[in-house]
Amino acid sequence: MNQKKSKKPMIITLVLVAAIYIGVFIAEQTMPATSMLFTVLKKGATYALVAVSMNLLNGFTGIFSLGQAGFMLVGAYVYGIFTIPVAQRAAVYQYFDGGVIQFTVPVIIAMIFAGLAAAFFAFLIGLPVLRLKSDYLAIATLGFAEIIRAIFQWNGLGPVTNGSNMLRSFPSFNDFNIVGADGKVAVYLSTLIPFIMSGVCILLIVLLINSSYGRALKAIRDDEVAAEAMGINLAHHKRLAFCVSSFFAGVGGAMLAMYQTTVQAKSFTSAMTYEILLIVVIGGIGSVTGSVLSSFLFVACSEWWLRFLDEQQMIGDFQVPLLRNGFRLVVFSVIIMIVVLFFRRGIMGDKELPDLLSRRSKSKGRAVK
Amino acid sequence: MSEKNMTMPAEPLQENNNQPAAEPGKDEVLRLENITMQFGGVVAINNLSLKVDRGEIVALIGPNGAGKTTAFNCITGVYEPTNGIVYFHGKPIVVNHPQGKMAKQYGGINGDLYKNRKPVVHTPDKITHMGIARTFQNIRLFKSQTAFENVLIGTHLRRTSNMFTAAFRLNAKEEKANREKAMNLLEIVGLAEVADELATSLPYGKQRRLEIARALATDPTLLLLDEPAAGMNPQETDELGEFIVDIKNRFDLTVFMIEHHMNLVMDISDRIYVLDFGKQIAEGTPEEIQKNPVVIAAYLGVDEE
Repeated sequence: MNQKKSKKPMIITLVLVAAIYIGVFIAEQTMPATSMLFTVLKKGATYALVAVSMNLLNGFTGIFSLGQAGFMLVGAYVYGIFTIPVAQRAAVYQYFDGGVIQFTVPVIIAMIFAGLAAAFFAFLIGLPVLRLKSDYLAIATLGFAEIIRAIFQWNGLGPVTNGSNMLRSFPSFNDFNIVGADGKVAVYLSTLIPFIMSGVCILLIVLLINSSYGRALKAIRDDEVAAEAMGINLAHHKRLAFCVSSFFAGVGGAMLAMYQTTVQAKSFTSAMTYEILLIVVIGGIGSVTGSVLSSFLFVACSEWWLRFLDEQQMIGDFQVPLLRNGFRLVVFSVIIMIVVLFFRRGIMGDKELPDLLSRRSKSKGRAVK
Repeated sequence: MSEKNMTMPAEPLQENNNQPAAEPGKDEVLRLENITMQFGGVVAINNLSLKVDRGEIVALIGPNGAGKTTAFNCITGVYEPTNGIVYFHGKPIVVNHPQGKMAKQYGGINGDLYKNRKPVVHTPDKITHMGIARTFQNIRLFKSQTAFENVLIGTHLRRTSNMFTAAFRLNAKEEKANREKAMNLLEIVGLAEVADELATSLPYGKQRRLEIARALATDPTLLLLDEPAAGMNPQETDELGEFIVDIKNRFDLTVFMIEHHMNLVMDISDRIYVLDFGKQIAEGTPEEIQKNPVVIAAYLGVDEE
């Protein structure tokens, strides 16, 4: 098959992706930096990475885990802790005498630390938890996320985590802008950089999914008994998927920290995991393209397009009923129900962009799943 | 679990023939000794002993519920037998004796035989790694993948790459060899033209062949076939018989199969074991089995009067 497979869809995909990156760069230079578009793009890029990492686990390996917020929290904290400038530490850790860590590492190293720390936690938690199946695994990982949130707020760890106080002053996305000599921003990079970070990580995940290991993970998803009979070590491969997924969730957490400019453990609630799960489901379980698309759609809707539902709106003298604070979430829930009821396979099903571009669909029988 | 074993290249298993086995010097591939499998109070297999020599096609037959698939599951590590030893190329791959609670409620015989032996347990993937491949009674293909990908997954266990070299495509040579091997296997089983079809969209007979191709991709020396002809018409069954003999010769395999189609069993088997209610009631060549009154009674029932 692979001899026959044309390379064309792949090339078109690459061109499309490159065009998006160039588009982002141009938009950033020409449009006002305060535009809502950039907020959406930055947060969307962050969520895209986390959603793809969750999809690797839930969609490609068939492990239903709800620990994503916990791993993001670990990543965000590790990033924050290692990148706050030494001069600022006294102010940030004001209740803990400036904290115990008195050095900083470059952003990129801190992001890798963030990923490794999350992967390490995943390894530990995976030892007992990955023996569980489906719902039980979900509950256990959800519990882990809650526990880790509590632990990071514990005052005893204050010199490292700043207790329940927020971490701030670390480099954020805006610090990637190149400032000219006159103090004005010469080149805006605050949206392009998160796109590049997220893009590189997603590329790595896609490479893994399309490798021999990715096929093994999909085999486990399809049929554990048969996969094991084919010589695939279930424990090893599940642990691998869990750690890789958590690594990228940790990196995503670091990006979220950069986006928010502050980190506080109490914001990493299970609601955040559900948001990401929602993105994965809407995008299509088992589709990287779907997760990426729906991340941007989701963030655009929740941060931008549906904002008007939260405020009173007047059409002439007529006050539109129902519109008040919180109504956005009602509309959102209805949309989700519609998706789940009528578009169960999400935007993309389990197809990827190159699949759509290559005209002959290889998945005639996939509709019935 | 030991990842060490998974990343190691396949051991040449024939070498193990030189090790001192219970019956040395023979070309013995598989031997079950006093295997008993008890689920709670139900003894599914009672004291089953059998052996399969190199190059043989051996059939395991018996009425429904006789414990045939349970025997396969004991060999492949899906179940841990309550008592007994499984030798593969003279090496014990499964050893167990009734322990703990089971020691009290053990309903089989020869329960004390292996008391002093250290239990040996392997997960199914390890046993596949050693060279035993199997198919399933109710076809278990990877649903969301094409026929080609299904076979390709079978090559994963002999990999020398790790996650990083695989993700960064540093194993291109190995990957290419695996793809060629998978395509080659599909050609041998006659499924090359449907390589890109979804496995589950294939007709039943082709799915059976695909399962065999997938099992062959793991480089087995012993192939366990669980009712390969189930649901096939007589013509398909005949073709399957020829096919099994063909792949046996081509890949230098030993075949151990469970089958209900008596024509197929009598045509291609060298020896037959008959199970009934978990007990072995007969053993012999097809001719002997056909004449055996005990077997006839088990299949047709005995007149009470």
